[in-house]
Amino acid sequence: MKKGKIVGLEGSFAIAEAVRMVNADVISAYPITPQTHIVERLAEMIADGELDAEFICVESEHSAMSACVGASAAGARVFTCSAGQGLELMHEVLYIPSSMRLPVVAVAANRALSGPLSVWCDHSDVMALRDIGWIQMFAENNQQAFDLTICAFRIAEDKEVLFPAMVHIDGFYLSHVIEDMVLPDDEVVADFIPEYEYPFALDPERPVSMGCYGPPFIYSEAKKAQEVAFESTKPKILETWEEFGDTFGRYYAPVESYKMEDASIALLTMGSIGETAMLAVDEMREEGKGVGLIRLRLWRPFPFTELREAVKDVELLVVLDRALSSGMGGPVCSEVKSALYDKREDMRIVGFIGGLGGRDITIEGFKYMVNRALEYPEIEEEFEIIGVRE
Amino acid sequence: MMEICIYGRGGQGGVTLAELVAHAAIREGKHAQSMPAFGPERRGAPVLAFLRVNETERIKIRTEIAEPDVLVVLDPGLLQVGDVVSGLKKDGIAVVNTKKSHDEMKAEIGAGRLATVNAMSIAKGILGLPIVNTAMLGALIKATEIVKLESLEEPLKERFGKVATKNIEAMKKAYEETVVR
Repeated sequence: MKKGKIVGLEGSFAIAEAVRMVNADVISAYPITPQTHIVERLAEMIADGELDAEFICVESEHSAMSACVGASAAGARVFTCSAGQGLELMHEVLYIPSSMRLPVVAVAANRALSGPLSVWCDHSDVMALRDIGWIQMFAENNQQAFDLTICAFRIAEDKEVLFPAMVHIDGFYLSHVIEDMVLPDDEVVADFIPEYEYPFALDPERPVSMGCYGPPFIYSEAKKAQEVAFESTKPKILETWEEFGDTFGRYYAPVESYKMEDASIALLTMGSIGETAMLAVDEMREEGKGVGLIRLRLWRPFPFTELREAVKDVELLVVLDRALSSGMGGPVCSEVKSALYDKREDMRIVGFIGGLGGRDITIEGFKYMVNRALEYPEIEEEFEIIGVRE
Repeated sequence: MMEICIYGRGGQGGVTLAELVAHAAIREGKHAQSMPAFGPERRGAPVLAFLRVNETERIKIRTEIAEPDVLVVLDPGLLQVGDVVSGLKKDGIAVVNTKKSHDEMKAEIGAGRLATVNAMSIAKGILGLPIVNTAMLGALIKATEIVKLESLEEPLKERFGKVATKNIEAMKKAYEETVVR
């Protein structure tokens, strides 16, 4: 196995390296904190001749995704990235590549939504993207940001998939952090990523219409077909991660467990807080608590089977949400509850919201959540926002 | 693991300092993590950066550093306006850019280990600019031996290109002049 070399790389630069190594054809993006370093680095690579791609400068994220849709329809390998308000401005166009089956790859540097104005990390922007029909996955460190970006191209462009894919990296916590990671050789990545040929590329010799009207007599059929195809992407996602592991030595799964073998209490997280949560689990284990950790790597399509399997022996599931669905609670917690409802009546699920707008979640924070959840059902609220000064 | 907080103002290069040490440590085969704590980015505003270096193990923790082993202060004025020193571990060390004498600074910030250097004078003299980060690199290394001085040369060249030579000179001069007691 060729493992590559150990380097210090900022998360944003690691992603730019991945995009360079897969030899993307078209990049269209608008800079926004904390995603900016990704676009800046890619623009620099193109200007310096390190990457032979077209960089389409646009005046907004709405146009960025529109340009990606056009380029992808023409058969190009396409990349974009955004964050927070940028994803919101891009929002209406995000549904287009998924319904047109265009395998655009994007990275979202997760950021809070205004107001108050915040450039810092949380998952408010992610949670507004739940229904866009993209394959979505979460990275918890720079290595994973790189690896999952590589995998996203191969998954999205597979002829049995042909859906757009988005890799979520936490803004600042990954985008602006330099840490050690393994950077594989260009050739190994090139071998892993097949030549791309979109089977339905626009061609003046064979004119077609794309993105047509869907009147009531056909809209439901179109959406059903899209959903059936989307749900059937799962085997390809698993296969790609398996092959990635065999090639690069790092294996990924839709739901990843840590010290879950004999755990009766489980924490559930997504994104960059995962490894800090591991340290919290280690400390709680030393205190004699049977705690383990579950991280959702795959967010869409939602990993129902793997989640149910991961929590099968759990009595108390503590879910941390990094976003607030106003008037409802934590979006991840409500999805987890819905996935497990009627499957596990003997399990308690307690939701916490934390890490909003760049607020740290510490090891002590995780301990607090577990201890507080153990007091349940004395807790009357549906959910609790932690670490708030009163 | 050594945990370091770097206090400076926008434009002084505190974030870059953290990044350069992370690169140098990784080149030495260590594990490192540099993480900025940006406020609204603007020149002159207080900026805080975090740096962790672990000789043997991958760094998992991804939170701000509340109780550092080392405190690097690029602008001594920050000691007056904010609570900079209180989190420092009992056996930790503060590395301060100051034109005051070592003893004066020691009296000002209280007990504990201290390293001082007049980084501003070095930066102005060698670089012709009031950007103290590379001089403070030398002070940090003198105070902690977190990485070897030589390990910084390549990261500095990658980062600064033509002006790397002067920055390396500033780093080395500060290394020589830093007083640690």
